[in-house]
Amino acid sequence: MIGRHPFSPFRNRREPPAPTEVDLARNRLLIAAGLTAAAFTLVAFRLLDVIIMPATQSQKVERSIPITKHYVSRADILDRNGRIMATNLNTASLYANPNLIQNKAGVAAKLAAILNLNAASLAEQFESKRPFLWIKRHLTPKQKYAVNKLGIPGLDFANEQRRVYPLGSLASHVLGFTNIDNHGLKGIENKFNNTLSNSGKPLRLSIDVRVQNIMREALLNSINKFHAIGGAGLVLDARNGEILSMVSLPDFNPNLPRKAKNKVLFNRATHGVYEMGSTLKIFNTAMALEHEKITMQSGYDATKPIRTSKFVIKDYHAKNRWLSIPEIFMYSSNIGSVKMAMDVGRVAQRKFFKRLGLLNKPQIELGEVGKPIVPEPWNDIHSMTISYGHGLAISPLQLVAGVAAVVNGGVLYTPTLFQRTRLTIGSRVISKETSEQVRRLLKLVVSHGTGSLAAAKGYLVGGKTGTAEKVVGREYKREALLSSFIAAFPINAPKYVVFVMIDNPVAIKGTRHRPTGGWVAAPVVGEVISRIGPLLGVKPINQNDPSVRDQMTIRVLTMKSGEKRLVSF
Amino acid sequence: MSAFSRTDTSILGRWWWTIDRWMIAAVTLLILVGLVLILAASPSVAEKLKYPTYHFVQRQLAFLPIAILVMVTSSMMSPKGIRRTAIILFSISLFLTVLTYFFGIEIKGAQRWIGFSGFSIQPSEFIKPSFVVVSAWLFAMPKWSKYNIGHLICITLYIFVAVTLLLQPDLGMAIVVSTVWCVQFFIAGLPLIWVMVFLLTGIGGTVGAYLLLPHVSSRIDRFIDPSAGDTFQISRSLQAFGNGGVFGQGPGEGSVKSVLPDAHTDFIFAVAGEEFGLIACLIIVGLFAFVVLRGLACALREDNLFILLAVSGLLTQFGLQAFVNMGSTLHLIPTKGMTLPFISYGGSSLVGVALCMGMVLALTRRRYGARGLA
Repeated sequence: MIGRHPFSPFRNRREPPAPTEVDLARNRLLIAAGLTAAAFTLVAFRLLDVIIMPATQSQKVERSIPITKHYVSRADILDRNGRIMATNLNTASLYANPNLIQNKAGVAAKLAAILNLNAASLAEQFESKRPFLWIKRHLTPKQKYAVNKLGIPGLDFANEQRRVYPLGSLASHVLGFTNIDNHGLKGIENKFNNTLSNSGKPLRLSIDVRVQNIMREALLNSINKFHAIGGAGLVLDARNGEILSMVSLPDFNPNLPRKAKNKVLFNRATHGVYEMGSTLKIFNTAMALEHEKITMQSGYDATKPIRTSKFVIKDYHAKNRWLSIPEIFMYSSNIGSVKMAMDVGRVAQRKFFKRLGLLNKPQIELGEVGKPIVPEPWNDIHSMTISYGHGLAISPLQLVAGVAAVVNGGVLYTPTLFQRTRLTIGSRVISKETSEQVRRLLKLVVSHGTGSLAAAKGYLVGGKTGTAEKVVGREYKREALLSSFIAAFPINAPKYVVFVMIDNPVAIKGTRHRPTGGWVAAPVVGEVISRIGPLLGVKPINQNDPSVRDQMTIRVLTMKSGEKRLVSF
Repeated sequence: MSAFSRTDTSILGRWWWTIDRWMIAAVTLLILVGLVLILAASPSVAEKLKYPTYHFVQRQLAFLPIAILVMVTSSMMSPKGIRRTAIILFSISLFLTVLTYFFGIEIKGAQRWIGFSGFSIQPSEFIKPSFVVVSAWLFAMPKWSKYNIGHLICITLYIFVAVTLLLQPDLGMAIVVSTVWCVQFFIAGLPLIWVMVFLLTGIGGTVGAYLLLPHVSSRIDRFIDPSAGDTFQISRSLQAFGNGGVFGQGPGEGSVKSVLPDAHTDFIFAVAGEEFGLIACLIIVGLFAFVVLRGLACALREDNLFILLAVSGLLTQFGLQAFVNMGSTLHLIPTKGMTLPFISYGGSSLVGVALCMGMVLALTRRRYGARGLA
């Protein structure tokens, strides 16, 4: 046995002890052997690592094999009160191994009858040599039973899940939809595809489905009444930027996304950018007040239209006299607004609009977000038109976020579709005093101006109308309008901002009314506020209460028989 | 065990009593494991490539007797015989490899195969084991005067082989041959300063390949940052191990083989993991480790430098190939297409590995009084 065992202690007896090349080689070989042993040990440990801890690994792996045994359900989407907006249904999907099917034409005919498919094309697919073929996804239980009853070899079912939206089209533009493999293609489903498919935890939005329903219903009624082509509605919490409702019409049924045409997939609330018209006078007036170019007592001469090299700026409700600032706002005077903007200057104006987030693509948890169209360069002529809401196209989302900042005390919050868990930090854009003054002006519009139809009984509403002429082809058209209304309530201490926009309303026959923002959109806002106010726990207010009167009263300078007089509203 | 009597002095009788029977047992087990895994993995690959279901199984079974014959025959040779065979085989296969330049068949972008009435062989598979023996012989040559002629010839030959392989291009094979050759040189007593130089050259070569060869850099990028590119194969492979768990999904129940194009060759270990589980994988790793370490232990008691160098070189090659294959599958190292010895599908590879182990068996046979070799 001597020398047989490789590490035999007797080994050296056979060899003289003098160090030789072979001894060196043996020493070095020991090192090599040690490294080899280490390498194999490493493989063994890596095996343990990969197999014992597959949970951490599988997260990195995207699912693409149709049948996997370890399947995580796509997470539900909930509204702010936990109501289910999107969930899954267990279904069976039928597939075949065509190589195992004997009577191909016969089987194809039988299946086609049960599943409403084309027998000829199915038979053709059975001729393929591939071992896997989907026949139909998401069968009904009845269909599954009928297929099982046929007892055909080569057919099998895969357990799958189908995305369902129990509320149908109610929040379709927010939720989006998924494809047949549960991969999100639009809306929250698309933007949060990875989170939804991996986390398993429900995703809770800031949307309130009750508010959403009220907004959609009121908006839809108005669109039908005025034969409009579409519309958008938003309700935003002015105190933190949470979106309670986002409606864009026409919408679609996310349960049947393939039936939806491109036109209805367009989200007017976030993706569309529009020249909003007079609602931008809120920003214009706030800007002039903030820059101390005007006071509530000052005013401008609005006797004559302003003539520029290219066009003439007129007032729609022309008074042809000197107007005080509240009057300019109340009667929505373009001439007065242009003069305010000229006094502030285009550089400061651009800076102010940028600070309000109106010149950049807004942040929101959706993929369908439009970029504002900003004039480049920003000339005096743009400065003039932007003062009354033309020449700058922004999305309704940007308008709502900006107005919320102006009325809430002057702090801009990024709008969000998720509930804010911590105290949010916004950026101050105007002073508290300016904000307070603009609130009084907004109240005046509803109580005595163009927005009277937005008044909701028991609630203090302040708002502003917007009636923009749409560009058709290469010029503005007087008949094609974009009528909108933006409001905040309760206006003495705003909690919510409500926005409604109706695209291309048509005047109802037999009435003299032009379909303006005050006539078309303001009543929708009034209806929405009176219905959501109680739901959201906003207490009704007695308008004649002295403290409320004090908060909202405004002294307006006006011209009566040639001299300035002070009137209290 | 009692097929041959102790006093039987026929060729087979002497072979049986002097060969390392533990090693034979381990190699036989590896071959059996390989058969089971080829049966599990290759049918779905064959179907995808529109071959008959058992195409790869049949071909592997056809090559197996040849491989066993090669292994048994070579294991019967004397060390001198091994050396002579290796020199002849090395010359022929190097010549054929050079020929692939001019008459080769191109498969998957590389010209490595040469056609022989109906089937193709990859001559470079036979360079690997034979070059190991040839360099062992050259390293072990006694010194002539001041210069170490053997070493000089060996270095020249190595450069020639490496350039030939790189031109194919067969980077994987070049790396294996280079690593094995360096290990042999190291064991042969390369001064430590040169060891450092070689290490630095190796690192430099890797960096150079990363910078100069786009497919190498993309693989390494994907290894370091899996999100940087398409890591379909490696994620599937890791998922397969996860699916398998400790006991596996059961033979034929795996799904990775239906999506990975190389499930029967480079990724066969993943199939083993998914269908047979952790324990089977650990057994396979254990078998490879056993063969290599037992062989190296045998080499340790050798007094003959040629045999010591040849055995350790052959086993390094065998072990390195196994390590690279399993390491790639487990995302331990960047993916490098390399067969798992005795287990992956591939005729040339099987016969080449059989030759390698046959020579190891021959050189580790117990010889008494055979010290005066060469």
